[in-house]
Amino acid sequence: MNDLLKLESKATRRGFLKTTGAATLVLASSPSLAETAETVPQQSEQVRLTINGRPYALNLDPRTTLLDALREHLGFTGSKKGCDQGQCGACTIIVNGQRINSCLALAVMHDGDEITTIEGLADEGVLHPMQAAFVRHDGFQCGYCTPGQICSAVALLSEHRAGWSSYATADVATVPVLTDAEIAERMSGNICRCSAYPNIVAAIREVAKEGRQ
Amino acid sequence: MNPFSYERASDIASACASAARPAAKFIAGGTNLVDLMKLQIEAPGQLVDITRLPLDRIEETAEGGLRIGALVSNSAAAADMRVRRRYPLLAQAILAGASTQLRNKATTGGNLLQRTRCPYFYDTTKPCNKRAPGSGCAALEGLNRMNAVLGVSDNCIAAHPSDMAVAMTALDAVVETVAPDGSARVIPIDELYRPPGNTPHIETVLESGELIVSVLLPPPPAGRQVYRKVRDRASFAFALVSVAAVLDVDGERVRAARVAFGGLSYKPWRSAEAEDALVGAPATRASFDSAGAAALKEARGYGHNDFKIPLARRTLRATLTQAAGLA
Repeated sequence: MNDLLKLESKATRRGFLKTTGAATLVLASSPSLAETAETVPQQSEQVRLTINGRPYALNLDPRTTLLDALREHLGFTGSKKGCDQGQCGACTIIVNGQRINSCLALAVMHDGDEITTIEGLADEGVLHPMQAAFVRHDGFQCGYCTPGQICSAVALLSEHRAGWSSYATADVATVPVLTDAEIAERMSGNICRCSAYPNIVAAIREVAKEGRQ
Repeated sequence: MNPFSYERASDIASACASAARPAAKFIAGGTNLVDLMKLQIEAPGQLVDITRLPLDRIEETAEGGLRIGALVSNSAAAADMRVRRRYPLLAQAILAGASTQLRNKATTGGNLLQRTRCPYFYDTTKPCNKRAPGSGCAALEGLNRMNAVLGVSDNCIAAHPSDMAVAMTALDAVVETVAPDGSARVIPIDELYRPPGNTPHIETVLESGELIVSVLLPPPPAGRQVYRKVRDRASFAFALVSVAAVLDVDGERVRAARVAFGGLSYKPWRSAEAEDALVGAPATRASFDSAGAAALKEARGYGHNDFKIPLARRTLRATLTQAAGLA
């Protein structure tokens, strides 16, 4: 238990900015604005998460999404809130090896789960190959969708290694080569308003090829 | 989001008992429910988390079919080699829906029970008999291009959004449930959904606290299976029209046919009319057109969705042409 980091009481810059309003000072943690609309303290659930290899425990209103838990309670602001309704993919994280939209996941339902966010991809300062490829191919413009794009792309390669087909696969009983059409279909849950798609596909194609050698 | 109490179910019996309480709801993947709760379209007082129940397996049945647990994710079902080889229609349909992120979270049971994507169901400033019974239907005179053309009423013209369920309907799937009193029952998927009539807010025949535990697929039917989806963009969009077809051709003639449409009704629309028109007919485009005409005979457009009627006929022809190997 000693290595559990009880971060909900840790003062962070974001936490400070959020809790300086009088209405929110009474609350122990730094909930998102949507939650502060309710003044009655709700049921609080202990949630244990392993994030990027380190264990965390926090007490959360069960309404808290995994995205808000990461961003507002734990300070992992790499995962972005875009549409907050599962359409844009900016909040994509990897949970127990699978990519999901963290905005549609209740944190309490993920008690005990292992989570990888964009902050956990680099290895001691060395970029993950997918991050390096995105930089090399200029796979972004404004960068807001990028953490979600990269988490999604990393999971895409694992899914392909596991033999998953896609809607772009002519015969679903086969495991297709990752053509550009396959990559585009498999990345359709990540929207880029700057439309960096050609470069995103190029980055993923390159890492996929390196992985085969 | 309204406050709710949270309970993690450890067994099926207690899950059903908890969910039978007023204002309680099951939650599994949550990809639809959490979204609707944020908009306060759904406001359960209690959530019963069923994700830890042992319903995440795909098993062979003695009859040569598959039993898909209610908690098998859409991704896992589509990735299963038994599904891909024996029910390619189902794998195609699942992969045609949503995005990988959503399919990783969405479950088999939840997919069947997802709510409509009618824009007026989502717009809480507008009347909607499904969301607020008795308030009216804004879609009737509104922007209804995504709405249904078959089997609906003037109280609600919402379409069921699932792709997976369309394939399961063509495959004669059976939904297996457990009720709070412990009783189990099987519901043919075509009988799971209730027509809107005067009560569009009551969408299925499931009773309070009744839990879908699995979907049973009978042995795969003879013939070629094809799922075809027409939508506004190439990926990650709901169907305007989709067709799930199984076509068994003996030389020149159709020996057996299964046809189900998505995007046209409150449920996946199995068309006995189309199937009757096909069986015994030559496997030609003319026959496929006759089947389409029979399938859409009772269809009614509401203005912006009039196009769905000819689109459904043409999509059926294209799907059957492909299934017959004529394409």
